[in-house]
Amino acid sequence: MKLNRFRRFFSAVWLAAATSLITTSAWAVNDSVGGPKVNQLNLHEPVTRIAADIDWLHWAMLVICLVIFVAVFGVMFYSIYAHRKSKGHKAATFHESMTAEISWTIVPLVIVMGMGAMATKAVVAIKDTSNPDITIKATGYQWKWGYDYLKGQGEGIGFLSTLATPRDQIDDQKFPGAKEKRAVNDNYLLEVDNPLVVPVGKKIRIVTTANDVIHAWKVPSLGVMQDAIPGFVRDTWFRAEKVGTYRGQCAELCGKDHAFMPIVVEVKSEADYAAWVDAKKKELAAKADDPSKTYTLDELKTRGEKLFSNNCAICHGPAGAGTANVPALLGSKVVLGPKAEQVGVVLNGRNNRMPAQKDQLSDTEIAAVITYTRNAWGNKAEQNIVQPAEVQAARK
Amino acid sequence: MSSTTLDHGHVGHDHHDDHHPHGWRRWLFATNHKDIGTLYLIFSFVMLLIGGVLALMLRTELFQPGLQYFQPEFFNQLTTMHGLIMVFGAIMPAFVGFANWLIPMQIGAADMAFARMNNFSFWLLPVAGLLLSASFFVPGGATAAGWTLYAPLSTQMGMGMDMGIFAIHIMGASSIMGSINIIVTILNMRAPGMTLMKMPLFCWTWLITAYLLIAVMPVLAGAITMMLTDRHFGTSFFNAAGGGDPVMYQHIFWFFGHPEVYIMILPAFGIVSEIIPAFARKRLFGYSSMVYATSSIAILSFIVWAHHMFSTGMPVTGQLFFMYATMLIAVPTGVKVFNWLATMWKGSMTFETPMLFSVGFLFVFTMGGFTGLICAMAPIDVQIQDTYYVVAHFHYVLVAGSLFALFAGTYYWLPKWTGFMYSEKLGKLHFWSSIISFNITFFPMHFLGLAGMPRRYADYPMQFADFHAIATIGAFWFGLSQLIFLVAVIRCAQGKGEKAVAKPWDGATGLEWELPSPAPFHSWETPPLVK
Repeated sequence: MKLNRFRRFFSAVWLAAATSLITTSAWAVNDSVGGPKVNQLNLHEPVTRIAADIDWLHWAMLVICLVIFVAVFGVMFYSIYAHRKSKGHKAATFHESMTAEISWTIVPLVIVMGMGAMATKAVVAIKDTSNPDITIKATGYQWKWGYDYLKGQGEGIGFLSTLATPRDQIDDQKFPGAKEKRAVNDNYLLEVDNPLVVPVGKKIRIVTTANDVIHAWKVPSLGVMQDAIPGFVRDTWFRAEKVGTYRGQCAELCGKDHAFMPIVVEVKSEADYAAWVDAKKKELAAKADDPSKTYTLDELKTRGEKLFSNNCAICHGPAGAGTANVPALLGSKVVLGPKAEQVGVVLNGRNNRMPAQKDQLSDTEIAAVITYTRNAWGNKAEQNIVQPAEVQAARK
Repeated sequence: MSSTTLDHGHVGHDHHDDHHPHGWRRWLFATNHKDIGTLYLIFSFVMLLIGGVLALMLRTELFQPGLQYFQPEFFNQLTTMHGLIMVFGAIMPAFVGFANWLIPMQIGAADMAFARMNNFSFWLLPVAGLLLSASFFVPGGATAAGWTLYAPLSTQMGMGMDMGIFAIHIMGASSIMGSINIIVTILNMRAPGMTLMKMPLFCWTWLITAYLLIAVMPVLAGAITMMLTDRHFGTSFFNAAGGGDPVMYQHIFWFFGHPEVYIMILPAFGIVSEIIPAFARKRLFGYSSMVYATSSIAILSFIVWAHHMFSTGMPVTGQLFFMYATMLIAVPTGVKVFNWLATMWKGSMTFETPMLFSVGFLFVFTMGGFTGLICAMAPIDVQIQDTYYVVAHFHYVLVAGSLFALFAGTYYWLPKWTGFMYSEKLGKLHFWSSIISFNITFFPMHFLGLAGMPRRYADYPMQFADFHAIATIGAFWFGLSQLIFLVAVIRCAQGKGEKAVAKPWDGATGLEWELPSPAPFHSWETPPLVK
């Protein structure tokens, strides 16, 4: 019976080893820079004091628990060996001891009080968001993040940050070559189009909120995690001590693409950060659309197609066909009917299901995407062109 | 301890066959605590298999990175329903099944206090189970908001959410009625001479659990009703735009949720406290301490709920209070572990299947306890909240804790329930297969969690691939292992084993072992005198 047990144990180990050999060799994946290492066993390398404190605390807890565990179960395994009937051991009759009960109540009590004391400083430090150098608002959307630089160097900058890994690396059902493509992507699901950029060594206060459901903003290397709650504002902070790129993921179930809205923070030197601020401000100014401009049908349709595939196709389908829960846009009464209704729906959302786009898209963008839907996939709406000024008027 | 029977000229159960129904009526109209216990146990095992299939489906998707089999919307339904079915359909009803079978026999009572309400309590469950399972097939599918059903995500869900709410209400009603039954039975129907402090510890743990259930199931009902009205009747309890607060849902849910997890473990403690003394052939060490420790755990469980909410943004004082209070629970739990060890120490142990599962429980549940302590440290929680570290923690305490205790108890009391011994070979195979595959499945999840792998993710970065593959293989092995249990139990029930004597375990104590095996349809019609 003993031999069977060992055989079973070793075959389990062999199976596990074989599996990892197979899987690791199948993907030539490396550590993600700023993200997890391959088969990482412990917490991320800390890049802030807080993360380093947490790392230390965890090691301390692990060691203390391991020591207690080995002691207690050493005793148990010894007892299993020595106090068995087959060894001829006769049962003793003791069944209570006030001394024992008091000792093994007081000693663990002292130990957990010590553990609590160890952690208290870190709790207080994590909560102290006072006197930040820069304050940035992180808004959780289904399913992307929005960053707005509220105060400090970079004030006024605002942009959305969406997953950059293309769907043709993710969805094996729809894209046959997906597996090979992602096998060589070290930052698979950990990359975005517009990362959050902050300067090194400065206290950055992150204010979190959400547009729809609860999300959570988390970057393990920075030792930061905070829920983003719709209609409420929470905050946390970090002071990065090393230049580099750090990656995290949304940490509160927020719907179907919960796994597809990562966070990337680029920590730059002060000089590089200043340069970035200038460049970004110029870029945003150039992109900022003048809502009084008029565009041709083709200009709107082209721009709208790209916007549609980045923002709407996820729910309404790439050809507007919808799903069981999401209405089709192809042949839809709203899309084919009077413009004003569709403008209202896109601006303000509908039925608590379709999210409002009024804060996410500009007037020009909304005009473009609506124009696109009215002329795509076979839709031939009578009122087939919407100009930004009409959207702007509808906002009032 | 002796039992006396009044002789009215008829002995044994032949006379009583005239009075109790047969066939389907026996089961549909069951008022006998043994039949109802059997019904609960069969129901819970079916739900365990269903919940298990859901888990295997989601682990199949997670075997490799990328989306191979299921779209994320459906994946979220799988994780949600796996949780709801296991918690409300498998673990809780199984413990109620044990309560029904054992409490009257152990306290020398003829049946539960309210036999007809007992029937209703059970038959509500298949209705709820059907509602829950059927929710997969309505437009929009089952709810995909996680078993915790946080608002406002749950407000976005389709009809499946409403079916889930209805099912949970029904299961809650069943639990509350069952608990009332258990409390009244234990407090009023103990045999003469059986003081509370002479009662088997299993009855104590159920007495305390029943109070917890009555206290918190209504709170859950409140939370999901508010969610229902937010969804359909224009209220804004959890909707900020209307003046409400999503975090209030979390407070109300976890005020239920934390005692709920103790509801799922205290009866397990009771079962293990019966088995270890039996197989160590030594009285349970520190009986009164065990009672006080269990009570302390129950009381403390009411003041720690927000340790599930460390990341919601509560003020510093709140974080500190809930951290300290949570760490305190480790103390009475440790007391229990030490008492079990002291029971084993210098005993005369044999390791039949019930003892294997109980000792396995001790070892692996304590591991889960330590990871819980680590999660309780609020700063560490910043890194591991909502990651696989938490998934590992609660599976260690719920599977290697509650489920292993249920297995231990089943093997222990099967001879009493069926009159036959189970196959010791199958039992041992089930144990070793389960404990090894369990650890293969869940141990790597600690690493995944520390490395930042979040929960409830249908897809993940490539660096996590190996540990996920190992976990999936372990999960399939663990799932298949439970078929060994099914075979062992069915063969035993069919009589394909040695006939069991009244007391097949020579170290066992308790009134149930005074009854013949199988226990007669009616037992202790005249209460025994307990010295």
